[in-house]
Amino acid sequence: MIASEQAVALMVVLPLLSALVINMAGWFDRRLCFPIALFALLGSCCSAFITVSRVIKSGVIHYRLGGWAPPMGIEYVVDHLNALVLVIIFVVSLLALLFSYKSIQVELPEKILQFYTLYLLLVAGLAGMTITGDAFNLYVLMEISALTSYALIALGDKRALVASFNYIILGTIGASLYLLGVGHLYIMTGSLNMADLQTILPALLDARAIAVAFVLVMGGVWVKMAFFPMHGWLPNAYSYAPSSTSCLVAPLMTKVSVYIMIRMMFSVFNPNYIFVYLDWGRLVVPLATVAIIFGSISALAQKDLRKMLTYIIVAEVGYMVGGAWLANVTGLTGAIYHILADAMMTLCLFMVVGAIIYKLKDSSMDSMEFIFRRMPVTSVVFVIGAFAMIGIPPTCGFFSKWYLISGAIETSQWHYIFALLFSSLVNAFVFFRLFEIGFFGKKPADGHDHHAPEIAVSEAPVTMLVPMVLTALSLIAIGIYTNEIVTVLITKTLPVGL
Amino acid sequence: MEYILAKYNYWIYILLMMIGLYAMIAKNNLVKKVIGMSIFQTAIIVFYVSIGAKRGASIPIIAHGHGHDVIATAVSAAEYANPLPHVLMLTAIVVSVGTLGVALAVCLAIYRRYNSLEEDEILEQLR
Repeated sequence: MIASEQAVALMVVLPLLSALVINMAGWFDRRLCFPIALFALLGSCCSAFITVSRVIKSGVIHYRLGGWAPPMGIEYVVDHLNALVLVIIFVVSLLALLFSYKSIQVELPEKILQFYTLYLLLVAGLAGMTITGDAFNLYVLMEISALTSYALIALGDKRALVASFNYIILGTIGASLYLLGVGHLYIMTGSLNMADLQTILPALLDARAIAVAFVLVMGGVWVKMAFFPMHGWLPNAYSYAPSSTSCLVAPLMTKVSVYIMIRMMFSVFNPNYIFVYLDWGRLVVPLATVAIIFGSISALAQKDLRKMLTYIIVAEVGYMVGGAWLANVTGLTGAIYHILADAMMTLCLFMVVGAIIYKLKDSSMDSMEFIFRRMPVTSVVFVIGAFAMIGIPPTCGFFSKWYLISGAIETSQWHYIFALLFSSLVNAFVFFRLFEIGFFGKKPADGHDHHAPEIAVSEAPVTMLVPMVLTALSLIAIGIYTNEIVTVLITKTLPVGL
Repeated sequence: MEYILAKYNYWIYILLMMIGLYAMIAKNNLVKKVIGMSIFQTAIIVFYVSIGAKRGASIPIIAHGHGHDVIATAVSAAEYANPLPHVLMLTAIVVSVGTLGVALAVCLAIYRRYNSLEEDEILEQLR
């Protein structure tokens, strides 16, 4: 069927064109923005699901843009790995869009038009990065998503401008390093197509320019995903952004960068080169350990809910990088599974914080006082999200940690196991402290006067509750169907020779 | 010395890149940082453009390309400069102009809010 073949391109084209349409329609009537964005993302979401079912049924899909054959033309390649990432992108962006409907009316009433235009462009950029099979095309789409996220973050309050400026500087360094790395690859191979590069590169193992290219590409992607020494831009940028921006950006940007790292490591370079010839797993896994421990300790020290979550993201990035560099199948499975799990967990928790900000205009930890009585549904969602972050079964967080830890045991990377367990403990500590504040309030410990004030229930609006509840349910569903997800999608993507 | 001279295009781009990196990290003024960012991106453009060049090669336009004579239209790639890096850089220039625009817009907004473009003064107000 023609429609299902074109679904591959429609995923990227629909949000891209709808961004233009929104910009024009929004001048006439601002209320048109939301429905157009909703329809575009619904269409993309359907296309993503059609594409996934096609991939599962008949294997890798190649889509030639304009009909030009691969080494010269740009092609879209959808295999099991990026089919999964595409579904994550569109499901998360659809849920975050529903969530943004109310919160954007309160936070940025006069910027609705700009917000939705940028929102769709960002989604188009992320989807394009994921789907493309061309290394240079990836750079352009990386910059599209980066530029839109700079602008989306700068829309926020108070300190968002400075945070966004720092992000611009660091993000540009990251993208430029990636571009330079691709340039080195081009000098040595004369090709920019990822599949073509993979066939040429094994013959060039000894060339020093290839090692330089690898370092530059990895460095660029690490800056983009805020891997430990380069994480400086992330906490401020994500915590001062408008809450509906951080609901979209926080779950997706880092995860898509992790996906690109995995794509570059295993579909452009090969495991033999990275783990046997260069043998850099022994350098990067300890760095991931430091990232996890640093992120967790910093999360402990925060008083603001969103700041705390952003440091947890820094730790989670360490999980995924470490898992991918463990150089075995179990670790990589854990890393890929964690892309899915972490995107949903982060979305869940950021939406909860967004709802709290919407109702209480405050994101400090004290605002959680008596939250269980004030916003019962929101707090149940928060509990599920927190359980997933800590890693309590049957939520998905448990299973990704299970895979990562068993992968680390296979290669006896004990420090990485220690870091994972440490981070789980810290998460447990942080979230149970919040539960305590939520149940009993911040009373002094003298024991008397423990009668909580009468607090009426005032929940967030339905357009916020629906995506939150759906996300929370998905956390449990992903956990229960772990086995199916791993066997149907993830094991098919594992590279040969690992 | 010969090592440096033979690969002078690489040395130029590395030098430019380091100037840009230094400005981005060490300068106190936000606009100077943006200028550094622009230099940094230009260095990479210089790198790409220089790898497409060839000594004694002509521009990659095939004269009489639509003749019917097969021999006349046969192309020997060695005679032409490589057009691909240049074409890629058209896109990269557009991207860097976009980045510059966003960065300057953010600078403008920062100036309107804090009435300063010096990083230390802004950080003082944030405290």
